[in-house]
Amino acid sequence: MKILVCVKQVPDMESKFKIDSSSKWYDQSDLVYKINEYDEYAAEEAVRLKEKVSGSELTVLSIGPERVKDVIRKVLAMGADKGIHILDNEEHLKDPFQKASAVAEYAKSENFDIIFTGLQSQDRGSAQLAPLLAGMLNYSFVSTVVAFENKDGYVEVARELEGGLRAKVKVKLPAVVACQLGLNTPRYPTLPNIMKAKRKELKTVNIDELLKAEPLVETGKVYFPERKAGGIVLEGKADEMADELIKILKEKTQVVK
Amino acid sequence: MKALLIGESKQGKIEDSTYELVGFAKQFGMESAMFIVAKNDSQIAYDGKVYLADSDKYKEYNPDAHKKLIEEAINKENPDYIIFSHSSYGWDMAFRVAADLKVAPISEVVDYKDGTFVVPCCNSKFRREVKPKTDKAVLTLQGGAFNPVAEGTPQIETLDIGDVEPSVEFIDYEVQEKTGVDLTKAEIIVSVGRGVGKKENIEFEKELAETLGGELGASRPVVDSEWLDQSHQVGTTGQTVAPKLYVACGISGAIQHLAGMKKSGFVVAINKDKDAPIGEVADVFVVADVNEFVPILTKKLKSA
Ligand SMILES: Cc1cc2nc3c(=O)[nH]c(=O)nc-3n(C[C@H](O)[C@H](O)[C@H](O)COP(=O)(O)OP(=O)(O)OC[C@H]3O[C@@H](n4cnc5c(N)ncnc54)[C@H](O)[C@@H]3O)c2cc1C
Ligand SMILES: Nc1ncnc2c1ncn2[C@@H]1O[C@H](COP(=O)(O)O)[C@@H](O)[C@H]1O
Repeated sequence: MKILVCVKQVPDMESKFKIDSSSKWYDQSDLVYKINEYDEYAAEEAVRLKEKVSGSELTVLSIGPERVKDVIRKVLAMGADKGIHILDNEEHLKDPFQKASAVAEYAKSENFDIIFTGLQSQDRGSAQLAPLLAGMLNYSFVSTVVAFENKDGYVEVARELEGGLRAKVKVKLPAVVACQLGLNTPRYPTLPNIMKAKRKELKTVNIDELLKAEPLVETGKVYFPERKAGGIVLEGKADEMADELIKILKEKTQVVK
Repeated sequence: MKALLIGESKQGKIEDSTYELVGFAKQFGMESAMFIVAKNDSQIAYDGKVYLADSDKYKEYNPDAHKKLIEEAINKENPDYIIFSHSSYGWDMAFRVAADLKVAPISEVVDYKDGTFVVPCCNSKFRREVKPKTDKAVLTLQGGAFNPVAEGTPQIETLDIGDVEPSVEFIDYEVQEKTGVDLTKAEIIVSVGRGVGKKENIEFEKELAETLGGELGASRPVVDSEWLDQSHQVGTTGQTVAPKLYVACGISGAIQHLAGMKKSGFVVAINKDKDAPIGEVADVFVVADVNEFVPILTKKLKSA
């Protein structure tokens, strides 16, 4: 089987964010980056599939500046065979349609049987790249996948629906599969595998070679939402804040007396 | 502006979120029509035209056929906006329609003004403005962002496009059995988030919940990591709660979590990150390390 997994590098969401000078995105300096949470599940599932089906080859792809090679190497250390880095210093200004079309352009001659992605990226959070990619490649598509099983010539997955309901679904290949949190337990790469990953193939392609699509949306400004009107912020010593909080709870709620 | 609203039916019932789409169209003065795959005799409380495809024939989940049917309705209506819920159905369907039609896809809309849509980003830490560059746009609306409107009697037009070869086939629903705590009736909930760091630390919140006489809730990662069982989960894929007091401990406040608890009477957030989006709903935001603050709070409550 030929397998592809798309992973994005995103800032740790607990970082102190600032808005950049264009006011169109966050300031990308001084942030700690890691693999998009959803993509870690996608990568784990892709590695498991590759290990199960002998003769498979797993490629890991990421679009972004030089630093995104870190997440490619992480997935190589988890067990992927080779990496493809689509170098784009302005990834954050591309819309999902453009990114999907760049991946499609790369993937169309590779004939992947299955492409794993995350359900959404934690920073942009559009949940669009995968369905757009499936549409462009004319592949089957399923999202919110919380269980995955490879059958003979097709895959069977569970989709998570709302309110504790799941749907079992049979998916024809080739397919794009968008993975939801909790799908599996992603492995930690071992030290020997991290060392081995350094010798695996990691090719860089410039975005200009793959990007033909124009954006379909225009991004305006990014801003912090407002806090709850009248909300109180307590800062300082834990001891004093606890006293203050108890006082407020006694005044404002009927449940603490 | 004209909208085609894509309703949803699950297990024979029209989803409540369908009426939020109607509410959106009403709120922004858009003309609208609806498309839905549902039972032929469904009661739909909507004052307008409904293109209905029979779910006995087309199944509640059959993306290939539904996409073709939706495109048929688009041809008939020629809408400016094709509007889905930001739901498991919307994720699977909306952007495939957008890819087919090559029109602007916009996800998780929470507000709209003069042709510009507002969407959250970075786990809801920010809001972002997006504008379509194409004549039409495909939108998904964040659940709970718009007030539902369910009234009127529709004019129904049945859609039938013959058989469609499916690439994805629905096998069955699996209902996860409900066991454990029922949070929907709790007056006080102390909820644990990933910010507590490790399973052992949940003892602190457990003790606080006991001291207050409340129940223990959790965010999804806490459940996914098996620190607590699923019955504790609050949010879109967990329980929807409305206690008098909700204490969020080390919870960032992602939209899917807020959707399950924003009707709480009084919200206390304990978080070391002052910018955490839980601040949008918190009556009191305590900037602190939960593992330090919660034991102190419990001790003081006990001795009070
Ligand atoms: C389809 C779908 C459905 C979902 N359904 C749900 C759902 O039902 N319920 C749900 O909760 N989520 C749900 N999610 C996941 C949701 O998007 C978030 O990922 C999740 O709510 C985050 O949980 P959290 O706040 O515990 O963790 P994080 O987002 O990781 O936040 C941890 C927080 O703890 C703070 N923190 C860290 N250390 C400390 C410390 N020592 N002291 C104090 N604060 C600290 C951090 O500042 C941060 O704000 C869903 C997602 C999707 C896509
Ligand atoms: N820059 C990127 N490089 C590689 N994969 C990406 C990138 N952006 C998004 N993806 C993939 O597409 C999924 C959905 O992202 P999004 O549409 O941004 O929510 C992610 O979970 C990734 O699998």
